[in-house]
Amino acid sequence: MDMHAPKKKLGLKEKYQVMTRGLDWEPSYQKKEDIYPYATYEGIKIHDWDKWEDPFRLTMDAYWKYQAEKERKLYAIIDAYAQSNGHLNVTDARYLNTVKLFLTGVSPLEYMAHRGFAHVGRQFPGAGPRVACLMQSLDEIRHAQTQIHALSNYNKHYNGLHEFRHMHDRVWYLSVPKSFFDDAITAGPFEFMIAIGFSFEYVLTNLLFVPFVSGAAYNGDMGTMTFGFSAQSDEARHMTLGLEVIKFILEQDPDNLPIVQRWIDKWTWRGYRVLTLVAMMMDYMLPKRTMSWKEAWEVYFEENGGALFKDLARYGIKIPKCAETIALEKDHLSHQAWGTFYNYGAAAAFHTWVPEKDEMDWLAAKYPDSFDKYYRPRLEYWREQAAQGKRFYNKTLPMLCQTCQIPMLFTEPGDPTKICYREVDYKGGKYHFCSDHCKEIFEHEPEKYVQSWLPVHQIYQGNCFPEGTDPTAEGFDPLAAVLQYYHLEFGRDNLDFEGSEDQKNFETWRGQATKNV
Amino acid sequence: MAVAAITQYEFAPLDSVEKFHGNQLLYIGWEDHLLFCAPFALPFPPAMRFGDIVTGVLPGCFGYHPDFARIDWAKAEWFKSGKPWQPDFGKSLAENGLGHKDVIRFRTPGLNGIAGSSS
Amino acid sequence: MSTVFIAFQANEDTRPIIEAIAEDNPHARLNEAPAMVKIDAEGRLTVRRSSIEERLGRDFDLQELHVNLISLSGHIDETDDEFTLSWNA
Repeated sequence: MDMHAPKKKLGLKEKYQVMTRGLDWEPSYQKKEDIYPYATYEGIKIHDWDKWEDPFRLTMDAYWKYQAEKERKLYAIIDAYAQSNGHLNVTDARYLNTVKLFLTGVSPLEYMAHRGFAHVGRQFPGAGPRVACLMQSLDEIRHAQTQIHALSNYNKHYNGLHEFRHMHDRVWYLSVPKSFFDDAITAGPFEFMIAIGFSFEYVLTNLLFVPFVSGAAYNGDMGTMTFGFSAQSDEARHMTLGLEVIKFILEQDPDNLPIVQRWIDKWTWRGYRVLTLVAMMMDYMLPKRTMSWKEAWEVYFEENGGALFKDLARYGIKIPKCAETIALEKDHLSHQAWGTFYNYGAAAAFHTWVPEKDEMDWLAAKYPDSFDKYYRPRLEYWREQAAQGKRFYNKTLPMLCQTCQIPMLFTEPGDPTKICYREVDYKGGKYHFCSDHCKEIFEHEPEKYVQSWLPVHQIYQGNCFPEGTDPTAEGFDPLAAVLQYYHLEFGRDNLDFEGSEDQKNFETWRGQATKNV
Repeated sequence: MAVAAITQYEFAPLDSVEKFHGNQLLYIGWEDHLLFCAPFALPFPPAMRFGDIVTGVLPGCFGYHPDFARIDWAKAEWFKSGKPWQPDFGKSLAENGLGHKDVIRFRTPGLNGIAGSSS
Repeated sequence: MSTVFIAFQANEDTRPIIEAIAEDNPHARLNEAPAMVKIDAEGRLTVRRSSIEERLGRDFDLQELHVNLISLSGHIDETDDEFTLSWNA
């Protein structure tokens, strides 16, 4: 980087003061409560918005300068990667399935985060958080766009990436990240900030981006590494915003503590459940692994999150109680998740497989208390059956959790042999949950979660077939109709990696890249 | 508890029974057989005989598992909402007291999954 | 004492920054991962503008850190001359 740092006329603190607070004004002919109508209904009490501090003291002029520099670097690398057929340098075509999952599951959330922060930035009565939210809103749309640009290069060569936005609103497993963000964005501005700004960005985002991006680098995917790190360079600012929000709210009024604690409990759990997808990606989908999900959890949640919550204890904040359940799940999560996608590999927009022997040995070494005992027998059985031409495809739809919308695949805390079932009767209806935490979230706001768009139930209601489909017609094939509705082509986008078009093409092209044929 | 909202917040549940075209949902899980990653969700008319589900539907759901052919249904233990429960195979779902979105599980003593791993 | 951390992309821009941090914070540990470096430190970590400028041989604005920053943890205090991460407990 060759930048000039000219002598400043104003110091950092003065400049921040002038460029944020100094640009704000007091309304004269409209009432403040009419201008900021959502500022009080959640019960959060703020007495003095000027107490807000942005520790980075980043002002919009500096923001544009540094973001422009990031963009120049990013697009130079993405172009070079595409021009040199960089996709053929990834470790193994299986790797590309992580990219498919990311584009369909995560990139649309970046766009929703853009909308969410734009909304929240408009609604906060303080100039400091408004500017910080404006920057984050711009960051998030940048993330969505750079991810789509970078991954569109893969769409030229590989399957499953062609309709990511359409799929995000329809495909069964994508309802998990989608409903997570819809839940946050339909909450009030303060809850959104705790949900996304604090719980997701500060507590959990490292688990998404750092191992994923480092894993992309390790597997030769320079495109993903580049957009990932470029996005992550904004995350440090987002995390700081999340932490400042918590401190600010808690310092403003003691009545805010129980509300904030409940949001932290709820959103740490909601976010963690979404990260189930990341757990299986790290342990099963990266051909070359960087660290296990369990190790990442220990570093980024138990160690760093532990330090954070110890620090927040002075405000009366406690570590979310779900942390105990998560500690019991960390030996099992990725295995149970991958098993689920292996079950339903006919209805997923990416390929699945049974890990190779060396991969199973790696898993056994990383998970000495669980892998050989509970998961290896299952995987080896599937492998034997597949070798005999009887690859297992589960054709019956699974029961889903009403809150997180994940199939009920999680086991009882402390007993990995029993599925965890929880249920609630509410206004004459039955509702089912994967865990105590999802159940409690429902019980607190049942009016919200009775509206969950559960893909399995929607299929049975007949809402997930292409327009004009007659499910009563002779020979009606519901799976085929659902895949058409998803815009997912049977035999090309789904099923086992072994024998897939992606596998064949990658082999052929890599051969052409290294030999004169 | 209630949702914090700027106005009245009340919406109809998305999965009430009348939306399922004459069917009701039944969730069925097989204990100690986690090769099937999660319990199943299935739509049935309330007048369907319970025994017809066991003989006509469950083989399609669980038949892939080598333990399935070895099940002695007379010895199976049943649970409804986690509590011991005895279905009458000759009676309908409604007559068995099964309503929309009820969850039942069965245990097959002696059959504990692939190599006894609960898979 | 809790651990704070800062992580950077591993590239030519960050090499002098990481060297400066390591020298100014003898208690810090460098953890290298593919394409990135994570620096952990008990309690506190300080990034000094003057130390980076000494290595770069040019003026440096601490906000340039944003370009190659990956992640961090701890309360931030930033002035024109220093960028500090710390936990209170």
